[in-house]
Amino acid sequence: MSKAISLRRQGTVKSAGAPGWNPLSISRGYGGYLIGFASLFVIWHLAAVYLVGSALFPPPGQVLAKAGVLIWSGVLLEHIAVSLRRILIGFFLGSLAGIPIGLAMGSFPAVRKILEPYTEFFRFIPAVAMITVAVIWFGIGEESKIFLIIYTTIFIVILNTAAGVGAIAKNKTRAARSLGASSFQVFRYVALPATVPYILTGMRLAMANSFVTIVAAELVAANEGLGKMLWDSRLYMLVDDIFVALVSLGLLGFVIDRLFRWAIFAFAGRYSPVA
Amino acid sequence: MALVSLRNVGKTYRSLQGDDYVAVEDFNIEIEAGEFFCLLGTSGCGKTTVLTMLAGFEQPTTGRIEIDGRIIEAPGADRGVVFQGDDSLYEWLTAVENIEFGLRMRGIERKERRDRALHYLELVGLKGQENKHPSELSGGMKQRIQIARVLANEPRMLLMDEPFAALDAQTRLSMQSELLKIQASTNKSVLFITHDIDEAVTLADRIGVMRAGPASSIKGIVDVDLAQDERERTNDRFLDIYKTVYGMIREEVGIAMSRQEKAAGQGA
Repeated sequence: MSKAISLRRQGTVKSAGAPGWNPLSISRGYGGYLIGFASLFVIWHLAAVYLVGSALFPPPGQVLAKAGVLIWSGVLLEHIAVSLRRILIGFFLGSLAGIPIGLAMGSFPAVRKILEPYTEFFRFIPAVAMITVAVIWFGIGEESKIFLIIYTTIFIVILNTAAGVGAIAKNKTRAARSLGASSFQVFRYVALPATVPYILTGMRLAMANSFVTIVAAELVAANEGLGKMLWDSRLYMLVDDIFVALVSLGLLGFVIDRLFRWAIFAFAGRYSPVA
Repeated sequence: MALVSLRNVGKTYRSLQGDDYVAVEDFNIEIEAGEFFCLLGTSGCGKTTVLTMLAGFEQPTTGRIEIDGRIIEAPGADRGVVFQGDDSLYEWLTAVENIEFGLRMRGIERKERRDRALHYLELVGLKGQENKHPSELSGGMKQRIQIARVLANEPRMLLMDEPFAALDAQTRLSMQSELLKIQASTNKSVLFITHDIDEAVTLADRIGVMRAGPASSIKGIVDVDLAQDERERTNDRFLDIYKTVYGMIREEVGIAMSRQEKAAGQGA
């Protein structure tokens, strides 16, 4: 367990036990998040009820009630599960391919020169634009979604990994060589661990991209998923359902990103993380 | 025979514009086993270039560099390098894991390498700090880890590139006296690079004063036959040697400045 985490925990415990309110406890514990989220819902409520006052902009209570209904019937969780499954499969496959390619590009100039045209070309074609060909090639089932998530993940992971290898201080590898390390050992015990924070940061950015991509892909062509739910709700003017889907996306993304940050601190805190 | 010899060594770098820059030319020194040799010179005179070649990170353009009569072709565990900054330490490893890194790479079994690492950790005065990561240690402590990491590997010689330059004056003084103690107890050969005359006279058995660059070489070698208790800034013999070296350095600074003026005059 890294120092950063344990310090944080101590901070939380302390602020919980501290008599009275002090600003530091907000920056350290989870109190800040609570206040932030609560204010979001309060503002939403005020805007919906007093500012807009239209059936097209439901207040949070109404959306929450609808969410309860959809959770109870199993529909919401089904959509979430389908979207999440697509994201996770594509994201892990994309990372699995992207990390070694990035490591190779960062380590060997020849590999970089050969592969750079690919990365520099494709990273300017957004995954959203690739939905068209993905559907033509793979149909509207799982394959096209997973292809798109891999596509949106792989380049950002490659670029971050390669940048991480490039950022290793020359003295680190030189020290290893003069301590008797072979080229492979330099790669395994110096380059790889030194690059971990960059890899994790790349994956974190890729995860955010995956959310954008999956919704867009499911909007255009899918039988289930949060994007499909959004599209259907729009068709039947189920405004509450639209908001349930939107809130679900936000919460899901937030939770996964927190998990990532936690993982970065837990596994790479001592690697002086960049997150 | 000397442990290390550099004969007619030259190093030319090619810049991105394609111009050649001669860093070192016709450079000759020999370092004996157990000797503490300081390479002293103004900044940019090619001191680090010499160390880089001796470490095997770069090859000389001309001449020969030998250790034990063998030509140096690559970095090796017989030459431990202590770098100026702390960026050569592995932040993801603890102090003791950093120190045992070389032993681990060379396949020494866990228990033995940990024992040896702890021994050298203690030798450099870091007892009790073994489980801290570099980010939790001060600049002086980090340089101690670098020194212990190199010593644990038991090299034939230490190559030290201005290892104390980034430390505050007080820490530097204590590091210098500890380095002398360690060198006396382990009897390792040391090539120590510095631009600090005081540091060179304090530490060295011999000082090689370098000419101002480019195309630098050895201007002269000064013997420092001072006993341990004479290596004090108030000692007369210390001051005599200091003055000799200072005179040589001042000449080189003068040459470097007149070259700069000439270059500026041509440019105008």
